[in-house]
Amino acid sequence: MRTGRVCSSALPVLRWWGHPRGPLGLVWAGVLLVACTVVAARAAEVDPGVLAAEQQRIEVVSRISAATIAIFAGDQGGGSGVIVTPDGYAFTNFHVVQPAGLAMRCGLADGDVVDAILVGLDPTGDVAVVKLVGRETFPYARLADSDQVRVGDACYTVGNPFLLASNLQPSVSLGIVSGTHRYQFPAGTILEYTDCLQVDAAINPGNSGGPLFDAAGDLIGVNGRASFEKRGRVNVGVGYAISSNQLRNFMGSLRGGMLVDHATLGATVATGADGKVYVSDILESSDAYRRGLRYDDEIVSLAGRPVRTVNALKNVLGILPAGWRVPLVFRREGRAEEIMVRLAAVHAAAELAEIASGRRSSGPPPGPPGEGPPEEEQAGPVAKLPESVRDLYEPKIGYSNYHFSRLERDRVATAMERLVGDDDLAGVWELSGTLADGRPFRIELSDALATIDLPTGTSRLDPQAALDQSPVPPGSGGLLAALVVWRQLLSQGPQSLGRTDYAGTAPAAADAGSSITGMPLADLLRSDVAGVTAEIFVSKADEATAGRLLGIDLWASPQADPCEVRFQYAEGDAQGAAWVPAAMEVHVGGALFGRFMIERCVAAVADSDPDKPSASDVDAGEGA
Amino acid sequence: MSEMRPQTIPVQRVAVTRSWLACLLAFVVPGLLTADSRWACGSDVVIEQAARTVVKIYGAGGFRGLEAYQTGFLVSSEGHVMTAMSTVLDSEEIDCVLDDGRRFAASLVGIDPRREMALLKLEAEGLPFAPLDGGSLEEGLARAEGGEAADGGPEGSRTVGASTGRGQRPAAPGTRVYALSNLFGVAVGDERVSVQQGVIAATVPLAARRGAYEAPYDGDVYLLDFTVNNPGSAGGLLVDVQGQPMGMLGKELRSTTAGIWLNYAVPLAEVAASFDMLLSGRPAETDAMADVLPFDTRRLGFLLVPDILEKTPPFVEAVLEASPAAAAGLREDDLLVAVGSQSVTSCAAVAEELARIDEGEPVRVSVIRDGRIVDAVLGPRPAVDLPALPEPSLGETL
Repeated sequence: MRTGRVCSSALPVLRWWGHPRGPLGLVWAGVLLVACTVVAARAAEVDPGVLAAEQQRIEVVSRISAATIAIFAGDQGGGSGVIVTPDGYAFTNFHVVQPAGLAMRCGLADGDVVDAILVGLDPTGDVAVVKLVGRETFPYARLADSDQVRVGDACYTVGNPFLLASNLQPSVSLGIVSGTHRYQFPAGTILEYTDCLQVDAAINPGNSGGPLFDAAGDLIGVNGRASFEKRGRVNVGVGYAISSNQLRNFMGSLRGGMLVDHATLGATVATGADGKVYVSDILESSDAYRRGLRYDDEIVSLAGRPVRTVNALKNVLGILPAGWRVPLVFRREGRAEEIMVRLAAVHAAAELAEIASGRRSSGPPPGPPGEGPPEEEQAGPVAKLPESVRDLYEPKIGYSNYHFSRLERDRVATAMERLVGDDDLAGVWELSGTLADGRPFRIELSDALATIDLPTGTSRLDPQAALDQSPVPPGSGGLLAALVVWRQLLSQGPQSLGRTDYAGTAPAAADAGSSITGMPLADLLRSDVAGVTAEIFVSKADEATAGRLLGIDLWASPQADPCEVRFQYAEGDAQGAAWVPAAMEVHVGGALFGRFMIERCVAAVADSDPDKPSASDVDAGEGA
Repeated sequence: MSEMRPQTIPVQRVAVTRSWLACLLAFVVPGLLTADSRWACGSDVVIEQAARTVVKIYGAGGFRGLEAYQTGFLVSSEGHVMTAMSTVLDSEEIDCVLDDGRRFAASLVGIDPRREMALLKLEAEGLPFAPLDGGSLEEGLARAEGGEAADGGPEGSRTVGASTGRGQRPAAPGTRVYALSNLFGVAVGDERVSVQQGVIAATVPLAARRGAYEAPYDGDVYLLDFTVNNPGSAGGLLVDVQGQPMGMLGKELRSTTAGIWLNYAVPLAEVAASFDMLLSGRPAETDAMADVLPFDTRRLGFLLVPDILEKTPPFVEAVLEASPAAAAGLREDDLLVAVGSQSVTSCAAVAEELARIDEGEPVRVSVIRDGRIVDAVLGPRPAVDLPALPEPSLGETL
């Protein structure tokens, strides 16, 4: 109401000022006259670089406007978003879609208004992914590397401030990056802005979820928050954007319809008297503790990023999804040590579901512009959805939209099948070669028996029985079970493995000494099969190697350290079939179990064993 | 709005000055066209140089609407920091964090109540600084690195703004600038302060003492076209895009009549003059002092609690030994209820009443102590200044 009154009284004044016979009109006429004269006189002298820069800006503004969407959440307000794939996946803020619910209307700069369905939610990071429907292709933005952004860089915020875009033309504001790697405290445990970009380009209520672009028009962030304090909820030149690198890390999980969680180290840290960061408390159940991190150790770096302040640690942790394994360097008594740490989830699954549904608010959101905490509970009956998106939604605990989890799992399965091609892998597999010390090994895998001959002895496993028998070979954490899973994956596909779900993306590399930033991400499948849990890393790198199995982490029991198998492949076609690895490295509990150079790998043509479990038999447990 | 006298309301004058608008357009539009991915060629170098001179300051505060942080910038290689005078400095421990993350305890050299500036000193040498004598940031860096050795003493690198260099001439409207500050306290630890960009819109007197903005300073300020005066910004550095220091970001000022927040900076020449005055230990210029400076109760030998509320109850925080207050039997935690013949209900009222009493006159006061009213007479003020009491620390009362 108040807005309306201001508009109706202000507009005539503006019109009068802007009128040709109004005072501003006169000024404008004067300025234009002078400007034209000057321009005419000096047209020939204009530096081509200036014209090129001008042309580039025109092109960039047009391009970034096209990829920006206005999101309407009915009487619950709305916000902005940005399309990042040609088939219409778009980023926005959690706090924008939460009041909107499962479906929303989205306006594009070209005047189209289309339906969109909620895909993935990240309440902690204040991110959501929605999918636009009703068009074959959409204009989209490319993600840039936000770690390359420097203070002083020009940037654009684009979006729908104050829901002004009634004609669907987004507002474009120009500014500079005021700060990088900023940390903004959460409201309770959600809406935490870590490692974010701070800009002086205008971010107002309604800009939430909209894009932040660099000068080239590439996406460096998603705007969602601003400092206001005592001046009311209007821009004071201090806005914050979730970095594109954080978005990239979570994109896989979000596309997969997951309700994603953020990571915790299982330890708290504090700044010591010398200004360094020390472990002030650590859970004995945490992976960090099991890998050797202790009270009073100095944290040197995490995921390849130096940690000099508590904020720096929070900044790195905040851009990493729960479950990722990352290198951590700590110092004790002057000696630095590097370990790989598996990050735990911040929330219990049920807790996160409650937060996402709005049944439980984690404290009122203090900073974010947009539309406050939800007024009423989110009703989710599928019947209420518009017809255009009704088939794109499937509820399931732990997911914001399980339909998209199926899509991603099927995509990975198809890629794996394509890589195997017409090879019949249902027979007995024989692998042999040498260990790092030159001594030989031999592995035989069939439906009836799995055997491994090592210099230290022979181990056997019945693949038909539960796989969580005593993990063999001894000290491997369950290597033989992992190899059984490997064979079944390739010969019968991921559908054959009990309950298998898409689990987002993660870096597959298991060795320390690497930086997470910029590391290629693999698709991740999580499978509960015959009493064990397996996480399967599948390459999504490029056409030639997509679908290639990069590794398997297998937990014989939830409390034990998993057996971590990583496959390496020969370059080019030297090795023959694309699915055959050249080497296999096995780690357990941070220690190398063995490095296997595979010299021979043969899958015998299948015998027609009637006992062989068919894909449909195993699949019966699915969806339970 | 239109009947407001433009000469006392700078914002109003700007709004009606059309030639100014044209001027602004003439300066800004070509600038926008030439801007490439950076705002200006080498802007990242300028920002880097500027940021190295800016200091994050942490002191008293932390209450709602009263931040415990602000900004300052180095003006000499040996650790002189100019900042805004505020309650943040009302602390025994003033922490300064440099751009490289180093943390220093600062001592308060002096305050300039008229310009609302203060001078701090860090125990350090060879620091990059923003010259106050018209030199560029680059010169400040070079002098910090090489000056002292060449001159053989700290005087060589000291900047005293006695000269009238480039930086002291008022900047032209349209000058593109960066503002660097510790706004909202978002830059923690070794994180770099925030950088904003915009344009100097006009140079106008901050004729605010009896106008819409309550500030003792009435000299020229730069009006800026972007929101710079945020919580924590006061004392920040304004620098043009070529790397020339331009001024100090002012304290937050809000029009009491229109509710509008002002975005402004105090020109460098004023900072230089304030620095000279504070460094030499000369008393502040007295022309504007009398009715601006709150009466310093230390001259009577006692301190009130920090005046942080609209009506802070005037409790006695401390009594100086061998002072008129001590001789009269004043004690800690006494609540002043009357000064002279007037009743008082706030620290501000006490200062106001004390300022009315002539030098050399005894001061009658009434206090409440243990539920009873006690009268006391604070004898004639001593002719010489008493040694300073330690400043009360807000942190202790939290």
